[in-house]
Amino acid sequence: MNSQVQIAVEKYGKDASRLMDMFHHLMHEKGFVDDEDLNQMAEALDISKVDAEQTLSYYHFFNKKSRGKFSIYLNNSLVSQMMGRAEIAEAFEKATATEFGKVSADGMFGLFNTSCIGMNDQEPAAIINGVVFPKITTYRVRELIREFRAGKTAPEMINSYGGGQNQSSLVQAMVTNNLNRRGSVIFADYTPGEALKKLPNMKSRDIIEEVKNSNLRGRGGAGFPVGLKWDFCTKSPSEDRYLLCNADEGEPGTFKDRVILTETPHLLFEGMIIAGYAIGAKEGILYLRLEYEYLEKLLESVLDNFRKKGLLGKNVLGIEGFNFDIRIQFGAGAYVCGEESALIESCEGKRGEPRNRPPFPVQVGYLNKPTVVNNVETLCSVVKIILNGAEWYKSMGTKESSGTKLLSISGDVKYPGVFEIEWGMTIHEMLEMSGAMHPKAVQVGGPSGRLIAENEFERTICYEDLPTGGAMIVLGQNRNILEVALNFTEFFIEESCGSCAPCRYLTVILRNKLKKIMDGKGVAKDIDDLVHWGQQMKKANRCGLGQTAANPILTSIENFKQDYMTKIEKGKEFDTKFNLEAAIQESSRAVGRFPQTY
Amino acid sequence: MSKPIVATTSLAGCFGCHMSLLDIDDRILQLIDLVDFNKSPVDDIKEFTEMCDIGLIEGGCCNSENVHVLKDFRKNCKVLVSVGECAIMGGLPALRNNIPIKECLEEAYLNGPSTKNANPERIMPNNEELPIILDKVYPCHEIVKIDYYLPGCPPRADLIWNALIALVTGDELKLPYEVVKFD
Repeated sequence: MNSQVQIAVEKYGKDASRLMDMFHHLMHEKGFVDDEDLNQMAEALDISKVDAEQTLSYYHFFNKKSRGKFSIYLNNSLVSQMMGRAEIAEAFEKATATEFGKVSADGMFGLFNTSCIGMNDQEPAAIINGVVFPKITTYRVRELIREFRAGKTAPEMINSYGGGQNQSSLVQAMVTNNLNRRGSVIFADYTPGEALKKLPNMKSRDIIEEVKNSNLRGRGGAGFPVGLKWDFCTKSPSEDRYLLCNADEGEPGTFKDRVILTETPHLLFEGMIIAGYAIGAKEGILYLRLEYEYLEKLLESVLDNFRKKGLLGKNVLGIEGFNFDIRIQFGAGAYVCGEESALIESCEGKRGEPRNRPPFPVQVGYLNKPTVVNNVETLCSVVKIILNGAEWYKSMGTKESSGTKLLSISGDVKYPGVFEIEWGMTIHEMLEMSGAMHPKAVQVGGPSGRLIAENEFERTICYEDLPTGGAMIVLGQNRNILEVALNFTEFFIEESCGSCAPCRYLTVILRNKLKKIMDGKGVAKDIDDLVHWGQQMKKANRCGLGQTAANPILTSIENFKQDYMTKIEKGKEFDTKFNLEAAIQESSRAVGRFPQTY
Repeated sequence: MSKPIVATTSLAGCFGCHMSLLDIDDRILQLIDLVDFNKSPVDDIKEFTEMCDIGLIEGGCCNSENVHVLKDFRKNCKVLVSVGECAIMGGLPALRNNIPIKECLEEAYLNGPSTKNANPERIMPNNEELPIILDKVYPCHEIVKIDYYLPGCPPRADLIWNALIALVTGDELKLPYEVVKFD
C-alpha cells in the first residue's frame, strides 16, 4: 500500500466515517487523491471505490489531479466582483500565463474560481495553498507570482498581520477582523470560564429551561427555537447523543463566524460544553469550513487548554459522568453542507447531500444518533444566557426576537465588517450605522434571502418582520441589479448538490433566460417565465438551498421590475431569438459548405 | 360548422409518437368523424393548403429543414403541441449535444467502424440540396412558441386522444395519474 494512504487510514482508525479527514491528509501530503489512492483506501476501509470516489468528487477542494504547486482560488462572489475582481483575475491569468480552471503548463500555478470565502469585508480575496490573501491588487498579483517563481512559499508572502488574534503567533493572518461594533452579548467583556462555573450547580434540565425561557432562536437563518431543539433531542431515547456546531458559513456575504472564531473561540467552546451537558452529548464536533483552515492552530490550542483545565475530557468540571470532548471536522468547499442534515452526512464522510426529513437530526442524526446542530453564534449566546439569565437576555431585542444579532455588512459601505446589534434595528439605521453610500438596494440574508429596495428600508431586522442570518450586502445606485441576480444564480448552479432535478437544471434554465434578457434579447414573456418557473423551486426541492435558489431572480423582479423592463424588447409577445445562421456555422465549417445554404 | 383541421409532422423524431397516435385503435374512426387532416404523414399531404387549428409536433430540431417545417407549422396552426420527449426536450437525438459537431460528423462518415474503410475519399455529405445539421438539437419551444406539451416517450395513446378531444371540444383535459406517470 502507498505509504501516505496507509498513514491516513491508520491515523483515523480505519473508520470510513472519517473519510473526509483521510482525504485532507492526502491533499496536504500529495496535493491530490488519484484512482490508485482510492482503490487502496476502499480496500483498507472495506468500502467500494465508488463510495470513496463520490465523497471525493463532491467537494470543491478535493481533486484527483494536481492543481499546481500553487493552487490559487480567487473568490468570485458578488462583492468580490464589485471590488474589482475582473481586473485581478486578468492579472493572475497574465502573470501565470494560464486560464481560470486550468493549471499552467509547468505545473506551477493552478487558477480556480471559488464561492464566497468569508472575506466580503476585504475583497477581492484569494486563498493560495491555504493562506488567505485579502485586498489583492494587480501590483500584489504580479509580486506574488514573481516571488513564487523565485522560490518563495505562500506563508512567506504574508506581509502584514490583521488586528486582534490575527497577529497571534498561532494565526499570523493578513485577515482583518473589522469588528466595528461590539454589543452586549457575543462581544461583551467576559472572563473566560465564568459561565462554566455555574454548570456543576445546574441540572441539564435547568439549562434547557433557561434557554427556552430566553426565547433564543437559531442564528444560522432559520430561527428555530434553540431550547425546543435541545428538548426534542433529549426526548429521543438513545445512549449516545452528539452536538454539532455549524461553522460552515457559506452564505455569500456572511463572515461573522470568522470573527467569533478568531476573537472569542473559548466562548464558542464553552457554549458547546454547556449545550453538550444539556443534551447529554458524548462528543462535540465543530464543522469548520476549509476556507478558515488558517484558524486551525489557534482553535486546537484553545481546545488543548480546555483539556488541561479539565473543561474537556472525563468528568468535565468535576461533574461525575459528564464525559465530553470536541473535535474539529473540516469541510472541503460545499455550500450545501451548511444545511444541518448535509453537514451531518459530511461529518460521516459522505457526500454532503441533505437528508429527507422526518426523521429530524434531533431524532436520527450523526451516526444515526440524536444530534443537535447549532450555529456558532447561537452557542456563544447560550454562554451569556447561562451567565446572566434568561430575563437579562429577553430585555434586549423585540418581543419575538430576543437578544442581539451579528450582522456581516459589506458592499457599498464605508465601514464593512461585523456589527453586533439588538434585534429591532431598521434597515435605514443599519445603512446609516455602516456608512452606506447612496444605497439602492440591500441583499438581506445573502443570495437565499431577499433583495429589498428603498421602500422597504423602514422595515426592522427581527423575526417578526425581516428575519436574517446576518449577511447584508449593500448595493449603491450605480449597481446593475441584473448582474447581482446573475452572480447569485450562478452561485446556486455551482453549489447545487444535484440531488433534486429542479435545483440541478431549472437554475441553469433560469440563468440562461436571465442572460437572454441582459443581452437585450428578452421579451415580456421571459420575465413571466422567470417568475412562474422560479416559484416552482419552493415546492419542488428538498432543502433550503434548492427552495431558495430562485430568490435572487424572484425578489429582484419583485422589487426592481423597472430594471428588467428597460432591457425588454417592446411590443413583442414572444421571441426565442433562435438564430439559424449562427446554429449552422459549426457544421458548415466541418463539411466545408461555403457559401452557407440551408 | 366545418370540422377542426389537424396537421402533424415528425422532425428529429422516430415516428414513435405517430405510432402512438395510431394506437388509439378503433377510435381512429371517431377521430375521422371529428377532425380533418391537412399536412401530415397520415394522409401524405406535403404542403399546407389551408389554416389549421391544431398542429402536433413530434421530435426536436436537429437540422435546418426541421426549423423551416416547425416555423411553417407555427405560421399555419392556431395551436401548436409538442408531442413527446424529443419535441419537449430534444430526447435521444440531443445526446449529441455535448459532443462537438465536427466530431459527430467524423465519427459518422470517416472514423466509424462501418465507414472508416468504405470512404477512401473521406467525403462528408455536403450537397446544398441537403439540410444542414445544427450545432445542437433544440427542443421546439426554443425555436417557436409552443402552446401545449404532451410528455412521454411516446406519450400514451390515451393521453394523445384525450388531449385532442379536449382541444377539439374545448373541455378540460383530464390527466389521471396513470396517464402521466413514467416509472
